Amino acid sequence: MSTKPTTTPPEFRKPTDFNTRRMRFDQLRRTVVNQVIGGLAVLSTIVVITPLLLILGYLIYKGASSLNFAFFTQIPKPVGEDGGGMANSIVGSGVILALASLMGIPIGIAAGVYLAEFGRGKALATAVGFTADVLNGVPSIVMGIAIYALIVKPQQHFSAFAGGVALAIMMVPTITRTTESMLATVPHAIREAALGLGVPKWRTAISVSLRTASPGIITGCMLAFARVAGETAPLLFTAFGNQYWSVNLMQPIAALPLQIYIYATGPYDEWHRLAWAGSLVLIVLIMVSVTLVRVFANRGQLKGGS
Amino acid sequence: MGVGITVEHLNAWYGTTHTLQDIDVHIPANHATALIGPSGCGKSTFVRCLNRMHETNPIARATGVVKLGDLDIYKNASAVEIRRRIGMVFQRPNPFPTMSIYDNVASGLKLNGFRDRRTLDEVVERSLKSSALWEEVKDDLKKKSGASLSGGQQQRLCIARALAVDPEVLLMDEPASALDPVSTSKIEDLIFQLKSQYTIVIVTHNMQQAARVAENTGFFLNGKMVEFDSTHKIFTNPRDKRTEDYITGRFG
Repeated sequence: MSTKPTTTPPEFRKPTDFNTRRMRFDQLRRTVVNQVIGGLAVLSTIVVITPLLLILGYLIYKGASSLNFAFFTQIPKPVGEDGGGMANSIVGSGVILALASLMGIPIGIAAGVYLAEFGRGKALATAVGFTADVLNGVPSIVMGIAIYALIVKPQQHFSAFAGGVALAIMMVPTITRTTESMLATVPHAIREAALGLGVPKWRTAISVSLRTASPGIITGCMLAFARVAGETAPLLFTAFGNQYWSVNLMQPIAALPLQIYIYATGPYDEWHRLAWAGSLVLIVLIMVSVTLVRVFANRGQLKGGS
Repeated sequence: MGVGITVEHLNAWYGTTHTLQDIDVHIPANHATALIGPSGCGKSTFVRCLNRMHETNPIARATGVVKLGDLDIYKNASAVEIRRRIGMVFQRPNPFPTMSIYDNVASGLKLNGFRDRRTLDEVVERSLKSSALWEEVKDDLKKKSGASLSGGQQQRLCIARALAVDPEVLLMDEPASALDPVSTSKIEDLIFQLKSQYTIVIVTHNMQQAARVAENTGFFLNGKMVEFDSTHKIFTNPRDKRTEDYITGRFG
C-alpha cells in the first residue's frame, strides 16, 4: 500500500499575535516573576556573604594595628610586660592540625570508600554510617574530656599528640560522609569500564572511583580542616597550651585558639588587642591554607574534563 | 589471535528473575557474531556472563559452563584474568573523565601495575590506530581529557582502551546505539577490520547492522536463544517462526 505524495503544501499555523492584551499581560507576568526570583537569589547571596565580610572587616579594624614583626617571631611576654607575640601558638596550631589531618583524613576517606564501594547494604556499613553521624553530633568539649580520659590521664601529662587525636576524631565524620556521597555521584559506567578491563575491585575503587570524585572529597577535607582549626574546647584538656616554645609532640603545646581564649578572657587591654590580632591571623591562615590546597588540587587538570 | 567461546546450559538470574534460560551455543573464533532480539530479552545479560561482569551486580547469579577455548572461565580462572582476556565495549561511551586520552588507552595496563614507558607509548599508538582514532587525537594525547571528545570519538577511544590489554575476544554491547550514522559506520568498519584478529560478539538492535558486520547471528527472546545460525540464513530463511516474525518487524 502506498500513500499519494501530498501536492498541496501543509497549512501553516497563523503567526501568533503578540500584541493582544492577554499576551502582553503574560509577558509582563513572566518578566516580573523572573526579576523577583533573580532578585531573591542575589539577596540571599548577600545575606550569606555579609556576616563573613563583617567579621573579617571587624577583625582587621581591631586586630591589624597590633600586628607587627614581633607578633610572628616572639612568644608571649610575662604578665605585666607589653609586647610579645604568638609565634609559638601559630607553630603549635600548625603542628596539631598537621597531626590531626595526617590521622583524620586517611581514616575518614577510607571509611567513606568502605561505605560507598564495599559496604552497600551490609550491617557493618550501617553501623559505621550511624557512628559517623553520632560522632558528628558530639559536642567538642565532650570530645576533649573523652581524649583526656583516654590519652592524657594514662600518660599523666597533656600533649600535642592528644590534641591532634581529639581534632582528628572531630574531622573523621565530615570527611567520611562527604567521601561517601561524592563517590555515590560517580557514574556506575565508569566503574564497569575499569572492571571490564580486568582491574581488581580495590584498584578500581582507589584509582578510578576515588580519583573521579577527588575534587568533592578535597572540598570535604578542607571543610573539616577549617572547622577544627578554630576549635578551642577539645584542646583545653589535651594540648593544654604552653607559654613557651615547644614542638615536642609529647609535651603540652600552644595553639592559636587557646592563646586567643586566654588573652580574650584576661583583664588587660594589651591582651585584648593581642586576642584580636590572633583571631585575624587564625582566620587568614585558614583561608590561605584552604586556597593553597585548591590551587594545588586544580593544577594538572586536563582540558575538557568534567 | 581470537579464541572461540563455548556455552553450555547457561542460566542467569537477577534476584528471582530468571533472565537467561539454558543457553547452549558455540561462538567461533575470529568471526563477528551478532545477537539480536527485543529489549529485555537477555542479550546484554548473556554477553555480561561471557566475561563475568554479570557477577559484579550483587543480586545477580549464573550457573552453567562457559569455555574460552578449553578454559572453563567460572571454574578454572579468576574473574579479573577473564576480563583481561575478554574485553568489553559498553552501550554508552564511558571514558575515564579524569584521565587524558593517553591514560585512558593505557589505563588497563597502568591500573594493573604496568609501567614501562616505551611499551606503553607503543601500545597506545597501536591501539588508537586499530580503532581509527589516532589521526584525530595524536596531537592532544596527554593534553585533553577523554571526556572532551565527541560521542563517536569517545566510543572509538573505549574500543582502543579495550584493545590495549590485548584481549582474545571483544564483547560489544550495542556499541553504536548512542551514536550518529557517520560514527556508527566508522564503528562498523572497525568491527569488520578487527574480526581478523579478535573474536567479536556484538549486541545490536539494528538488524541491518547485524547483517552488515556479522557472519553468525543469534536471536534471543524472553531469556532463551531461539535460533543461532549464519546471518544469511537467519535473515533469509529462518527456521523458527518467531525469528521470522521479529526480523520482518511483526513484533518487538
